[in-house]
Amino acid sequence: MAQAAALEIRHLNKQYHVENRPLTVLQDINLNIRPGEFISIVGASGCGKSTLLRLIVGLENEHQGEILSDGEKIQGTSLARGIVFQEHRLFPWLTVEQNIAVSLINSALSASERHETVRKHIEMVGLTGFENAYPAQLSGGMSQRVAIARALVARPGILLLDEPFGALDALTRSHLQRELQAILKQEGITAIMVTHDVEEAVFLGDRVVVMEPRPGRIKRIVEVPLARPRERSGQRFSAIRDDVMVEFSEPQPEPAPLADSAPQDGWRITW
Amino acid sequence: MNAIAFRRLRRGLTLPALLLLIWWATYQFGLSDSRLFVPPGKLLDTALNSAEGRAIWSTLGLSLARGLTGLAIGISLGLAVGVLLGVSRRLERFFGLTLHSIKQVSLFAWLPLLTLWFGFGESSKLAFIAWAAFFPVLLNTLEGVCSVPRELVEVSRVSGFTRWQTFSRLILPSALPSIFNGVYLALMFAWLATLGAEYMLGSGDGIGVVLMESRAEFRIDLMLLAIALVGLIGFLLDITAKALERRLLRWRNH
Repeated sequence: MAQAAALEIRHLNKQYHVENRPLTVLQDINLNIRPGEFISIVGASGCGKSTLLRLIVGLENEHQGEILSDGEKIQGTSLARGIVFQEHRLFPWLTVEQNIAVSLINSALSASERHETVRKHIEMVGLTGFENAYPAQLSGGMSQRVAIARALVARPGILLLDEPFGALDALTRSHLQRELQAILKQEGITAIMVTHDVEEAVFLGDRVVVMEPRPGRIKRIVEVPLARPRERSGQRFSAIRDDVMVEFSEPQPEPAPLADSAPQDGWRITW
Repeated sequence: MNAIAFRRLRRGLTLPALLLLIWWATYQFGLSDSRLFVPPGKLLDTALNSAEGRAIWSTLGLSLARGLTGLAIGISLGLAVGVLLGVSRRLERFFGLTLHSIKQVSLFAWLPLLTLWFGFGESSKLAFIAWAAFFPVLLNTLEGVCSVPRELVEVSRVSGFTRWQTFSRLILPSALPSIFNGVYLALMFAWLATLGAEYMLGSGDGIGVVLMESRAEFRIDLMLLAIALVGLIGFLLDITAKALERRLLRWRNH
C-alpha cells in the first residue's frame, strides 16, 4: 500500500492580475488534512476550488502562505501527488496500458515490475481485457477509469480529483463514485476531491469543505462520520446532505410588510 | 476485396471505360482523323514496341529519382526548421514574419532566381524541388508542434517528464498528424516541381523534357504516353502516402 500523506494549508492567499488590478481568488485558506482522509470540496463556480487543487498539485505555484505535504513545502509537480482531471486527458496515440505507464516513465522499476503494476491497476479499475485499446475506442467512463489508474500507478501519497465525473452521464457517474470509494478504501491514501455535486461530496468525503466565492473562502467544514460503504438512501446521509445543501440555498426574500398603515393624506391606492 | 469495395470500384471505372471506348471508336470508325490525338492502339504500340517508348521508362525513373531526392532534402530541412521554430519562441518571433510573407510567393516565381544562382543544370532542378517540398513541411510541422493541447502538457508535468521526454513522447507524436499533412502536400508539390523544372529548364533529360520535345516534334503518341505516366506516378505517390499514414497514425483509425 502506498503511504498516505498529510496535507497542511496555512493562510493560503492567491491573486490573479486582471488588467493590472489584483483579483483575489483565494483568501486565507486554512486546512489540515490527516493521512488517509477523504476531503470533498464543494462550492459554486468561481469559488476558487479548482485553483486550490492546482496549487496543491503544483501546476500553479504563485501564492502567499504555505502548503505543506508531510511537513515539506510543495514546489512544483511531483508523482507523490496524483491528479485526475475532469477530462480524461489520455494520450490518443497510446493504448490503455501505455497511457497508464506514462506515470512510470521515470520510475526505477524494472520493465517486468512496471508491467505487473500496470496490469494490477488495470484490474483495479475494472478494465482487464482493454489493455491494447486506444482512447478513441473507449467510452467516457472507461477513459476516466484509465485516468484514475494512471494517477494511482505511481503510488502517490495524495490523490487529487478535479470534478472527475462532471463530464459523464448520471448512471456512469454513480457507478464510478462507488468504484472510487472501493478503490480508495483499498489503497488507503489521502484524497481531495473538488465537485459541485453536494451528494457526491457527502457520499465520498470524510469531511466536506464548503467554499464560497468572491473571494474564495472556506465557509464551513461539515463532518461526515458515516461508515463505508455508504448508501445514499440512509437517513443520516440525507440529514448531512441537507445540512450542506442549506449553505447553497438562495436567501429567502424578506416577506413584504403588510400595507396596513394608511398613507398620510388618507388616500389608498388599490392597484 | 469485399463486395462493397468491388461495387464502388466498378462504379468508379465506368466513366473512364466509357471514355476509352469513345476514344477508340472515334478512330476505328473514322469519326475523326484529327492529328491532334492518336488512337489508343497506336499509343499502346508506341509504348511497348518503339525505341522511344521503351526509353521513356528509364527517363521516368530518372525523373522520379530526381523528385525523390529533392523531396528528401526539402522534408528534412522543413522538419528541422519547423521543430526549431516550434520549440523556441525566440526563434519563431525572429523568423516568423519573414517566413509567412515568403510563403505567399507562388512557387514558379522562384524559378528565374534559382536559375540565376544555380544555372540551368541539375542543382537548379533539385533546389527548386526541395524548395517546393520545404514550405508545406515547415508550416505544417510548426503548426503541429505549437498546437500540442495544454491539457496534455499538464499531464506530462505531473508525470515528471524531462524536457527531452516532453519533446519525444508528447510533442512529436501529437504533431505527427500535422507533420504528415505537410509531407503529403510536399509529395504532390515536389512531383509538380520536378515536372515544372524539367519542362522550364529544358536541359538534361527527364519526363518533363520528353513532354516538351515530343510536342515540338509533333509526336502526339509520345506526348500522351508521357502524360499518362506522369499521372500514374502521381497516383502511386498518393496511395503510398495514404498507406504510410494509415500505418503510422493507426490510433486515428478507430
